[in-house]
Amino acid sequence: MIYQNKLFRYIMNIIMILLIAACVLPFILLISSSFSSETDLAQYGYSFIPRGFTTAAYTYIWGIKSSILRAYVMSFVITIIGTCASIVMTMLFAYPLSRKDLPGRGIISFFLFFTMLFNGGFVPTYLIYSNIFHVTDTLAAMIIPYLLMNAFYVIMVRTYITTNVPMEVLEASMIDGASEVQNLVQIVVPMSKPIIGTIALMSAIAYWNNWTNGVYFIQTRRDLFGIQNYLNSVISNIAFLQTHTSSSINASQLPSISIRMALAVIAIIPILIAYPFFQKSFVAGITVGSVKG
Amino acid sequence: MGRRKSKQKMKRYLPLYLMLIPGTIYLVINNYMPMAGLALAFKKINYSIGIFQSPWTGFSNFTYLFSTNDAFQFFRNTILYNLAFIFLGNFMGIFTAIALDCIRKKFFKRVGQIVILIPYLLSTVIISYVVFAFLSGNNGFMNMTILPMLGLDKVNWYNEAKYWPFILTIVYLWMSFGYSSILYYSTLIGIDKSYYEAAVVDGAGTFDQIWYITLPALKTTIITLILLAVGRICYSDFGLFYQVPMNSGLLYSTTQTIDTYVYRGLLELNDIGRSTAAGFLQSVLGFICVFAANTIVSKLDKDSSLF
Repeated sequence: MIYQNKLFRYIMNIIMILLIAACVLPFILLISSSFSSETDLAQYGYSFIPRGFTTAAYTYIWGIKSSILRAYVMSFVITIIGTCASIVMTMLFAYPLSRKDLPGRGIISFFLFFTMLFNGGFVPTYLIYSNIFHVTDTLAAMIIPYLLMNAFYVIMVRTYITTNVPMEVLEASMIDGASEVQNLVQIVVPMSKPIIGTIALMSAIAYWNNWTNGVYFIQTRRDLFGIQNYLNSVISNIAFLQTHTSSSINASQLPSISIRMALAVIAIIPILIAYPFFQKSFVAGITVGSVKG
Repeated sequence: MGRRKSKQKMKRYLPLYLMLIPGTIYLVINNYMPMAGLALAFKKINYSIGIFQSPWTGFSNFTYLFSTNDAFQFFRNTILYNLAFIFLGNFMGIFTAIALDCIRKKFFKRVGQIVILIPYLLSTVIISYVVFAFLSGNNGFMNMTILPMLGLDKVNWYNEAKYWPFILTIVYLWMSFGYSSILYYSTLIGIDKSYYEAAVVDGAGTFDQIWYITLPALKTTIITLILLAVGRICYSDFGLFYQVPMNSGLLYSTTQTIDTYVYRGLLELNDIGRSTAAGFLQSVLGFICVFAANTIVSKLDKDSSLF
């Protein structure tokens, strides 16, 4: 609060309220529409007031809950494995790079750093993963391409270790007979907890939200789909719900207009519930990650 | 003696080198092999012989790429969208940061920060559901509520290309303004309050304060963010341009970008020659832009640049 002019502040407050509304209202639209009856939706469209309140869409979703739950479980599995692997890879690369005494450090830094300047793009990456490493239709396809290790995070962690873990501490423990692995696990990791938390969160969000790997690399194994790919299949083709679920519900009973909205709500709610708990680290991750490298 | 010393040194650093192995393997697979794969742009891909054994063809993929109007279209789209996003996105980010700063109560400040980041937190798939709720031809909020209220006819949004430059820009701003405003806000709160107090004593109005204190204080952040975005001017958010328009073919004239073109060429149209050529140009131009942008940033603000 630095501006003295009251009128200016009021106007800005009103604008802020409008901006906040712009961020919230679309979700109200989804929720309200998901509770509206099909006939009302056909007549009035998606709207902010539920017309002909019904839970038919959710009843239908309950009927196909096993397939949605499956997608959720896959998303969790992918996110957890991916995030853990990503942190291990990042720490293993960042710690040696943080050691100023390591011979060849400059070359290794450049090797890492160059990947941020230049990349081969989609076609070669796709062909290499699918034709040489044959990741198509495997769990690895959901975890390894693009997401496993990010040069930017490695540099962030390296910088953090260089500034926060004094070399003297590491040297002292080496004199006491500790190995480099012990140094990393017993000294560097505990002292780098804040930055590890930040990259863990950013990496988890990246895995949770990723749908491109599923689109690129999953052709037949739809059981590997996470919730994003599941939603993606439904929005482009509502019939996906019928063909890929063992629902006993008759196809004609499918509330096809409201079901999309209900599925979106089901996908958003858990994130919104979790969000306030990691909001602080999320903001920290954004500010650390973008401007200060 | 020297040999023993280097042997000792090797023994000392060996564990550190071993730690570098997993990351090195990953970078080779995920980044360096694709860089080498850019050579595919100069080959005539024949799946039956094998992609990497295919014969060289010189520049024929490139002449083929530029033989239609498509190339002009998606290069134009990519660059114009990015320019619009850079200008409007930063403007809105600064504006929102100032608006956040005008909130008196700490609690509401925090709520504001939390809420404006929600769209940024969600995946493009979910964003496309939100857009669909507004634009669906038969049931969308625009067609069923807003347009009738204004006495206008329904619009087939997913079939009419001319609306999409506006739609995509609005969606982009909606998705990202929280993110950029948080960046600007984090710089804003660092400004020494006494500047503002002194300015008020000197009779400065609100807009003088913004013009002479706030904006100059944000200058480095603004320039850095713009330059870094200019460095990525050949790249686009694949999800925004592919997923949000629902992959609708009728919209290509205004929604096709290099990324969606390359993807469609390879996986949907089986037009790998053009795809590799467009991808090659994207990588090379992208490299030049990133390099140039970062060289300037490093002169300006060493901490913000990549090198």
